[in-house]
Amino acid sequence: MFRNQYDTDVTTWSPAGRLHQVEYAMEAVKQGSAAIGLRSKTHVVLATVNKASSELSSYQKKLFKIDNHIGIAMAGLTADGRVLSRYMRSECVTHNFVYESPLPVGRLVVQVADKAQVCTQRSWKRPYGVGLLVAGLDETGPHLYQNCPSGNYFEFHAFAIGSRSQAAKTYLERKFESFMDCSKVELVRHALHAVKESLQEEELSSANCGVAIVGIGEPFVILDSKSLQAYIDSLEEGKNDQAAKLEVEEEGNAAVIERQDISGGAGVGVGAEGEGPTDMET
Amino acid sequence: MDFSNFQAPGMYPYHASSSSKQAEKSYVDHPIMGPHNSSFTLMPEAPSKHTKYPYVTGTSVLGVKYKDGVLLASDTAASYGSTVRYKSVQRLKAVGKTTALGASGEISDFQAINELLDQLITNDYMWDDGNNLGPVEIHNYLNRLMYGRRNKFDPLWNSLVLGGVKNGQQYLGVVTMIGVHYVDDHVATGFGNHLARPIFRDEWRADMTHEEAVALLEKCMLVLFYRDRSAINKFQIANVTEAGVHISEPYALQTNWSYKAFENPTAGAVGSW
Repeated sequence: MFRNQYDTDVTTWSPAGRLHQVEYAMEAVKQGSAAIGLRSKTHVVLATVNKASSELSSYQKKLFKIDNHIGIAMAGLTADGRVLSRYMRSECVTHNFVYESPLPVGRLVVQVADKAQVCTQRSWKRPYGVGLLVAGLDETGPHLYQNCPSGNYFEFHAFAIGSRSQAAKTYLERKFESFMDCSKVELVRHALHAVKESLQEEELSSANCGVAIVGIGEPFVILDSKSLQAYIDSLEEGKNDQAAKLEVEEEGNAAVIERQDISGGAGVGVGAEGEGPTDMET
Repeated sequence: MDFSNFQAPGMYPYHASSSSKQAEKSYVDHPIMGPHNSSFTLMPEAPSKHTKYPYVTGTSVLGVKYKDGVLLASDTAASYGSTVRYKSVQRLKAVGKTTALGASGEISDFQAINELLDQLITNDYMWDDGNNLGPVEIHNYLNRLMYGRRNKFDPLWNSLVLGGVKNGQQYLGVVTMIGVHYVDDHVATGFGNHLARPIFRDEWRADMTHEEAVALLEKCMLVLFYRDRSAINKFQIANVTEAGVHISEPYALQTNWSYKAFENPTAGAVGSW
């Protein structure tokens, strides 16, 4: 994995036509704890695995509100992520000031991607070490995007990044076709199930995960631990629609949720948690 | 206050505060030296960025909302001081597919605004992502532009009327040269504020048909032609609906100069001579 000669500089190509520094930056994203996103016709939900570096500390904040209609979840170097979210907030505020209307999320994503690309083509810079899942609205409805350190961006129905994201992706790949018509509650439940897959052995609780929602007519909000715990509890109860009683602002959805039977998880017993060598990444 | 009808004082700019010795008229086009030096040089100095007066101006623009959209109206005249110099100037412009812009005041500044808006719309179009700048965004953009220039004491000497339709909603607003901006059901610039808006206040209704709205505008434009010396009998109307913007070919209205009030206009003005 250690490619000697051509990986010192981001501006040096390898003979195989690769920029190793950019790939190493994407590796940093893979080492961070998972972030998951999924969307329906009306809402986008972001969920994160919150990992505290020790029992005494709190976990790193990975969900950020960018504007009333846009929010992000990050995986990787959260310090880089904070800088990007400050840039994104500034762009949204400036756009609002000039045009009296919200910046379409797709355009913001491209601006972030172009900013990241600059760092892959300057010898005195390094790529951002953070991957973003950007959830937001524009005139055409809700969208979910991923921003990479490489400067690429992609749109998704559902996606997961970070460590053990493959387990979550497997769950999402099985279920994503039904997401478009899901209600908000169903969508959050799917997100929590996906987080559960990434957590593997650990019990899902409001202490080790975070959820945020944005929707048409509903500003971006990060769920507080009480509401989150209520959603988690409702996963167990499955058959009855507990969700209608959960959120005070919930419009009340009478649909019955099919009980999700989660097997013990695709993973085997966990020894190492797949952490990177430094504690910078979360 | 609407300064768009400010008449340019003359061809040779000279400073009001200068003494007769300094006020040597320069018969060339390049700018003369600063006010405290009476000799002129062949070295051109930087252009003045302190706009004092407009030179070629358009008169009123009218705007009304109606049932299916928004109408803007203006004549096609551009005056050079008291001379009606150009008679085929289009003072209405389509901005994208959702908005129409009408301008009174300095025509060159209107042309500069059009250049900027063309770039804005082109950039927006190139995104090709299902989002586009609507009347709200254009109105606010123009406000920021006008106010920004005003703060530099270098205004774009225009009063702008912005009408548009997006997602079924009609929008009609104004931005002035000092950055005052507002929206309303019917608007006007310059003389139109004094002559047309009282008629709008009496006769405008939200559910007017296209024909009724055009008739109302024509009535007001006729009054303006009678009473505003910078106006001519050659008009255009811009119609903005959900389907897009359409600007009519110029046309004239029937006038009647045999009103009794026109016969002896000074009859009521009693004076001592």
